[in-house]
Amino acid sequence: MEIHLTTPLKTEDLEKLKIGDQVYITGTIYTGRDAAHKRLVELLEKGEKLPFDAEGQIIYYVGPAPAPPGKPIGSAGPTTSYRMDPYAPALLDVGMKAMIGKGPRDQTVIDSMIKNKAVYLAAVGGAAVVVAKSIKESKVIAYEDLGPEAIREMKVENFPCVVANDVYGNDIYKAGVEEYKR
Amino acid sequence: MREVNVKDLIPIVKKLCIDANYYIGEDIISKIKEFKEKEESPTAINVLDILLENYELADKEQMPICQDTGVAVCFVELGQDVHMVGGDFTEAINEGVRQGYEDGYLRKSMVDDPIIDRINTKDNTPAIIYTDIVSGDKIKITIAPKGGGSENMSEVKMMKAADGIKGVVDFVVDRISRSGGNPCPPIVVGVGLGGNFEQSALLAKKSLLRSLTEKNPDPKWAKVEDEILEKVNNLGIGPQGLGGRTTALGVHILSKPCHIASMPVAVNVQCHAARHKSAVI
Repeated sequence: MEIHLTTPLKTEDLEKLKIGDQVYITGTIYTGRDAAHKRLVELLEKGEKLPFDAEGQIIYYVGPAPAPPGKPIGSAGPTTSYRMDPYAPALLDVGMKAMIGKGPRDQTVIDSMIKNKAVYLAAVGGAAVVVAKSIKESKVIAYEDLGPEAIREMKVENFPCVVANDVYGNDIYKAGVEEYKR
Repeated sequence: MREVNVKDLIPIVKKLCIDANYYIGEDIISKIKEFKEKEESPTAINVLDILLENYELADKEQMPICQDTGVAVCFVELGQDVHMVGGDFTEAINEGVRQGYEDGYLRKSMVDDPIIDRINTKDNTPAIIYTDIVSGDKIKITIAPKGGGSENMSEVKMMKAADGIKGVVDFVVDRISRSGGNPCPPIVVGVGLGGNFEQSALLAKKSLLRSLTEKNPDPKWAKVEDEILEKVNNLGIGPQGLGGRTTALGVHILSKPCHIASMPVAVNVQCHAARHKSAVI
């Protein structure tokens, strides 16, 4: 199925998603990877506010290449998600509704998605120019010192991804392999 | 003795960094097309089409194929009749990397300290440089940018002779099975056999420089490569780990003699963006 979603995400929209659905996202998304996640979770542990309102939002695991002249962003495909597994549940607990990355998540994150009615979306790793075409604006909103790992606010149009984990605990990485292994 | 000014290496290294990141090898494109013909999963076919579209776009738009433009791994074959003048050789390579990553709008992915500080060096240096002294008066430089996602799935195992070839095959297949969708399949599997602990890892990395359309010159190893490839593609992992028949595009083995007590085996996993470009000076 092809589904178009706009941010901020609503729980009833996410409840309709099934693993394998092709999703196109339009609206604002936030970026963060290892170093930014560490800082975000440290803020939450101290009871401080995040640099953006997490409610219904999407975090995209990416460290983009610098923007060439005339382009809003450089190549910007997903990074491997398991490195964010230790941090992801804390962000879902404060209202984030989706993560975009590549590769499977651990059971703690899957359980947190079920509990918080959140989803994990897979973008195609290494298809970084294709993905960048859907990013129309990008600006650093926190942790500029981290360089490519800084948190960016991006405006996206029809950002392509596939539902990898739905709100019901299904996992495309297990189901897909089961179907094709010999 | 031929004199080479190290400053002349800077623009060459710069161009190799940019070209390797913008232009994928024809061997990757032809292998992906070949595997797409045999692929059974519609999701997998869609992913392979997106990868092919991305290589074309990267070339056309002059942008890196992947945002992870990697550690700049630099292989140098230095002719023993060359005399370097005009400065420091290592610094010249690093200056070429610095200029390539800045002027090519490539991502800077190196941190200064691996554990505690992890502060980005902001220019993608230092490069990781391996130098072999060879006969002649030429210098061959290869830049092979290596992404972190696939590198993280690599492993060295000190096996025992009793494990035999079956042990090696099982270890490699298990390593890929445990990697799943993490290293951006379809992958290339580099396998280093023999030598010692660190040489096996270097052999695995060097094996990735072989073209995917070239067979292993040793029929004995070519057969093992085919066996591992078939087993890996039977795992069902598929492109991006979403399920399918195309998990690896090739398996490359390089071997060296080793100690009577040892049987080192190294697996270096390479994502589909298997990038390397060379120049001879």
